[in-house]
Amino acid sequence: MTTTAAIAVEHLYKVFGRNPKDAVRRLKAGQTRAEVSDAGTAAVIDAGFTVQPGEIFVIMGLSGSGKSTIIRMLNGLQEATAGTITVEGDPITGISAGRLREVRRDRISMVFQHFALLPHRTVAANVAYPLELRGVGKTERLARAEEILALVGLEGWGDKLPSELSGGMQQRVGIARALAADTEILLMDEAFSALDPLIRREMQEQLVELQRTLRKTIVFITHDLNEAMFLGDRIAVMRDGRIVQIGTPEDILTDPANDYVEQFVQDVDRARVLTAANVMERPRPVVTDAAGPRTALRQMRDAYTSAAYVVDRDRTLLGIVSDRDAVRLVRKGETSLRSVIAPAPQTVDENDVLMNLFVPAVESPVPLAVTDAAGRLVGVIPRVTLLAALGPGPTSTEEIPLPPQPVPTTVIDQVLAENADPTPGADSATDAEVVR
Amino acid sequence: MDGFRIPVGQWARAAVDWIKANLDGLLDVVTFVVRWLVDTLSDILVATPIPVVIVVAALLGWLVRSWQLGVGTLVTFVLIVGMDMWVSAMQTLALVLVATIVAVLIAVPLGIWSARNATVRAILKPVLDFMQTMPAFVYLIPAIVFFGIGVVPGLVATVIFALPPGVRLTELGIRSVDPETVEAGHAFGATPGQILRGIQLPLATPTIMAGVNQVIMLALSMAVIAGITGADGLGKDVVEAISTVNLAKGIEAGLGVVIIAVYLDRVTAALGNPGAYPSSLLGILARRRNAHRAERAEAAAAASAGPTAASAAALASASAGSADTE
Repeated sequence: MTTTAAIAVEHLYKVFGRNPKDAVRRLKAGQTRAEVSDAGTAAVIDAGFTVQPGEIFVIMGLSGSGKSTIIRMLNGLQEATAGTITVEGDPITGISAGRLREVRRDRISMVFQHFALLPHRTVAANVAYPLELRGVGKTERLARAEEILALVGLEGWGDKLPSELSGGMQQRVGIARALAADTEILLMDEAFSALDPLIRREMQEQLVELQRTLRKTIVFITHDLNEAMFLGDRIAVMRDGRIVQIGTPEDILTDPANDYVEQFVQDVDRARVLTAANVMERPRPVVTDAAGPRTALRQMRDAYTSAAYVVDRDRTLLGIVSDRDAVRLVRKGETSLRSVIAPAPQTVDENDVLMNLFVPAVESPVPLAVTDAAGRLVGVIPRVTLLAALGPGPTSTEEIPLPPQPVPTTVIDQVLAENADPTPGADSATDAEVVR
Repeated sequence: MDGFRIPVGQWARAAVDWIKANLDGLLDVVTFVVRWLVDTLSDILVATPIPVVIVVAALLGWLVRSWQLGVGTLVTFVLIVGMDMWVSAMQTLALVLVATIVAVLIAVPLGIWSARNATVRAILKPVLDFMQTMPAFVYLIPAIVFFGIGVVPGLVATVIFALPPGVRLTELGIRSVDPETVEAGHAFGATPGQILRGIQLPLATPTIMAGVNQVIMLALSMAVIAGITGADGLGKDVVEAISTVNLAKGIEAGLGVVIIAVYLDRVTAALGNPGAYPSSLLGILARRRNAHRAERAEAAAAASAGPTAASAAALASASAGSADTE
């Protein structure tokens, strides 16, 4: 990749304790975390990753896995024991305190778990704090603070003290403060973990919304896998100081690197993570609008469906054609489907999460059509696929064989007629009972 | 164990003698400055007409705490005048105020230093323990050797005795500031000085003020003992009363100390925690100012909402009018 990574981390170690250097040497030689515990507590062991500009990179792990230590090394709040960190190409490991302060002022800002607002300052003065440190004049920085407060939905709250705000609002102030610093990189340390679940959800959605316009590089720490899956463009899973897997949410969910990650992802709410594109199947039956009704009927017969999707030459979805209409056309001897194309009952975008597919799937008589941004048909989702995708295990997103088709009613009637009971009266009586 | 004697006292005396012999100039300067400060302040307090001092003290009490404290100050200070202890009380007040200022000027920076530096903390802790537990009278001996008889040795002993809680509470206050808040300062690139001034000191103020309050209380109790060195004030009256077994005078002088102590305690406690006293004059003024500002903001909002709001109001009043006529 030609663009400089926003953050690049290589062979990063952090050991707390008596003899950190010795512990790192022994860890590099292959000793485990427990074996070096006499020299110190290894919080981060051989971490390496890059964060691309504009992405949300989530570091996820349970408490004590070292994720908070990593994020604190990214802006130098904790000094790395070994390894290098570069921010936008410039190393920040082993630089002077003054230089580090410049990096923090101009390039990296941070949002804290417990908000860390200054309780003796008003909300606006809190938001303006990074600008104040940079020497921006009072009227200018307060005006800027008001702008940013409006951005996070807190216009008019600037004169209040942080203690007068609810937790969710306080964290919005925390985010506003980080945005006021106007840095390319945002570190968020368990930013939503101290909030109620409902507020947390709301804040996550707001962050995604903000990110859509601001395009910051965000490193987000969390212990909540659902949060990681919802926010992360890529996720690093940590365990006992080591990064055990880095990948997209789908990678982690469908292809866990080891048992630990697999156990972890068992609890995840797959309906909110997997998208239509993750579970969809090759679209069928599909006919082009140039094809005739006979082709359409043949397709429907092979796929056991009562309708087929019609696309044009670019695969743009035009609509559906039902088997009845196709049969009528064949009987009339027409060769074009165009007269009977009905609008597709339900289509979903390939980026929609499964959560949003259930209602369309129920309302659609044919497998749900999945389209891309240009309106092209890229796949379909039969209901059974949707259900199977929610189950645990990596196999769930593989193609599901269609269930055996029920025996046609004519065959059943025939069989019943052939084995007719010698006493038809009794038979009809049981039939009547069943009907009743 | 015959003949076994560690001459600690002798060593201490040698050290004191050495200081007296070699740092005489410095001691003279200290003597001069301290005497000038205390004398000037007590002269001012004594020279001011008594009703003025009482009214100012009462107003101050109301300003920072409550009208009850104002009234209490008025009554108890009049009692001091009635007991004929006014001049002594003002001299003691001057001594305590100067001692407190000196002690705070030393204690707060020391406290800050020891909060930021583990080595300083480790050294300071036993020294502070020593200062606090050494019987207060003992300080008076070297103080008299250094500064002679009078107010100066009393004040020096008072400062030493009153210093430790100031240092300890300043350190505690700064160290108990939420570490995440300090981390936020670091994360946004604040210098250590900016963190101290902008985050640590403001947030530690209540605790530091509690320390100042303790310093004042200890200074007052020590100021009485300082009467032994010949410092003018209530302490001298108490010492005289003891030596002549004069119960009446002892009670009156003691009561004077109590009144001043209670007054200073209430005022400084309120200074450290202004939010806790809504009925203080300052609190009332702040509330009024806030209400005024909110009103103005509302008015501005109504004006910007413009004609719709105005017409709605007109409509409301019109319907109210019609209801009246019916």
